[in-house]
Amino acid sequence: MSLTPDDVKRIARLARIEISDAEAQATQAQLNSIFDLIATMQAVDTREVSPMAHAQEVYQRLRDDVATETDRHADFQAVAPAVENGLYLVPKVIE
Amino acid sequence: MKWETVIGLEVHTQLATQSKIFSGSSTAFGAAPNTQASAVDIALPGVLPVLNRGAVECAIKFGLAVGATLNRVNVFDRKNYFYPDLPKGYQISQLAKPIVEGGALTIVVDGEEKTVHLTRAHMEEDAGKSLHEDFHGMTGIDLNRAGTPLLEIVSEPEMRSSAEAVAYARALHTLVTWIGICDGNMQEGSFRVDANVSVRPLGQAEFGTRREIKNLNSFKFLQQAIDYEVRWQIETLEDGGRIEQATVLFDPDTGETRMMRSKEDAHDYRYFPDPDLLPVKLDEAWIETVRAGLPELPTAMQARFQRDYGVSVYDAAVLTGSRALAAYFEAAAQKSGQPKLAANWVMGELSAALNKAELDIARSPVSAAQLGTLIARIQDGTLSGKLAKQVFEGLWEGAGEVDAIIEARGLKQMSDSGELEKIIDDVLAANPKSVEEFRSGKDKAFNALVGQVMKASKGKANPAQVNDLLKAKLQN
Repeated sequence: MSLTPDDVKRIARLARIEISDAEAQATQAQLNSIFDLIATMQAVDTREVSPMAHAQEVYQRLRDDVATETDRHADFQAVAPAVENGLYLVPKVIE
Repeated sequence: MKWETVIGLEVHTQLATQSKIFSGSSTAFGAAPNTQASAVDIALPGVLPVLNRGAVECAIKFGLAVGATLNRVNVFDRKNYFYPDLPKGYQISQLAKPIVEGGALTIVVDGEEKTVHLTRAHMEEDAGKSLHEDFHGMTGIDLNRAGTPLLEIVSEPEMRSSAEAVAYARALHTLVTWIGICDGNMQEGSFRVDANVSVRPLGQAEFGTRREIKNLNSFKFLQQAIDYEVRWQIETLEDGGRIEQATVLFDPDTGETRMMRSKEDAHDYRYFPDPDLLPVKLDEAWIETVRAGLPELPTAMQARFQRDYGVSVYDAAVLTGSRALAAYFEAAAQKSGQPKLAANWVMGELSAALNKAELDIARSPVSAAQLGTLIARIQDGTLSGKLAKQVFEGLWEGAGEVDAIIEARGLKQMSDSGELEKIIDDVLAANPKSVEEFRSGKDKAFNALVGQVMKASKGKANPAQVNDLLKAKLQN
């Protein structure tokens, strides 16, 4: 499997990364070499191996359901570009 | 052409935990903006999620309640998209290995039972809120809701009408509030419904192309939105058009659905397992502890009500509309010793009064014990049905206990037969025409005379006694 320049552009758009045609070409070559790597791994017979969601065979530790956090919005909002009435302000987005 | 409607629902239930799914922030509704958004919720660099045991337990309860498979190992994935109310740039959800798979819910439509199967239910975090009012042309972001635990419950596309979809949504709403995993408050967004709707020619095996109606927050809107969407799809197809897969919004003001986004710019979420979270393991001891703590479920209780109290299928379904209502009925039924009468009073007089006053059963001014006593007084002949309604009004106004109200307002049914005989004699004397008609075989005349006697006694005569005495006198 190999990627087309359009695939690369689409992936870049989904990640909100602006790339030039030259960058897209370079990236395409790099990504395709990663696909080669994946192809090599996929050639390995893994029928007897169950899929893993994580590299370690350990399980999630759980936290008790207790509200422990305090209101720190003043600290957090001190570094925000625009704030009003306790809200973060962002460029208008309406679907 | 005959068309068939196909509906599947995705319901987001907000889990009734104290804290968020991956942080220790409070989930209380209505706080000032961003005062319940911690470093984890606003996605400051370097923070890590820690899973809330309470949220997992809610999901286990649900899985057990619908007879589903609980995946002993389940996995969180990242669902990637950009939106300002999602600060991380991804939502933590479950795709390949959700906590709950399968299960079913029984619904009743037009007196018929139907089973709706569930596909899955998975844990995920809610996003924040975008406020599009004018902030100098900008959008305001409140992240208090970000990270609130949700259980997304997905049904199979097995519903065939808006009525079935509403019945399913209601049954699900009853169940999640019944087992205490969701407060069910639809106005506050605790129970939000997305409906996948398609139509196909009756008899066709393949599904038609579906459109998804997002974020319906009332049963009425769910019904209206589906009905509109189905009409629109059928008209479009009959006019030779095609249905494009799309996401639509319902506008309650116009009663119409309109396109939000088409499939062309549909999201590509690029799911992958979240490396910040390890797989979640459910051990058997935990599951059994949760199972032991579950209350009697609505369907089991309905069967018991029919068996033990002799109420109908329909009445049993109504009486188990909520745990509070079911508990109220049971208390009144036991206190009165008259379960069927108790069912009628709870679903009739009491429900009407509660609806009128816009009160929940939990805040009823008339207690179950009071209603039970009232019903017992009907049974022992102290009160007629009519007088009982007056006593009920007294109870509702807080005028005291049943017997005190009967005494104070002189509502006791007439038990002195001498007094009643005198009234009957007076009525017979005053209505010779009715007496004549009765004797010539007109049964209706008898009812007219009973009515006159009841009226003359100001409703206090015992109707059965009136019947007997009147018959005896007329036959003389």
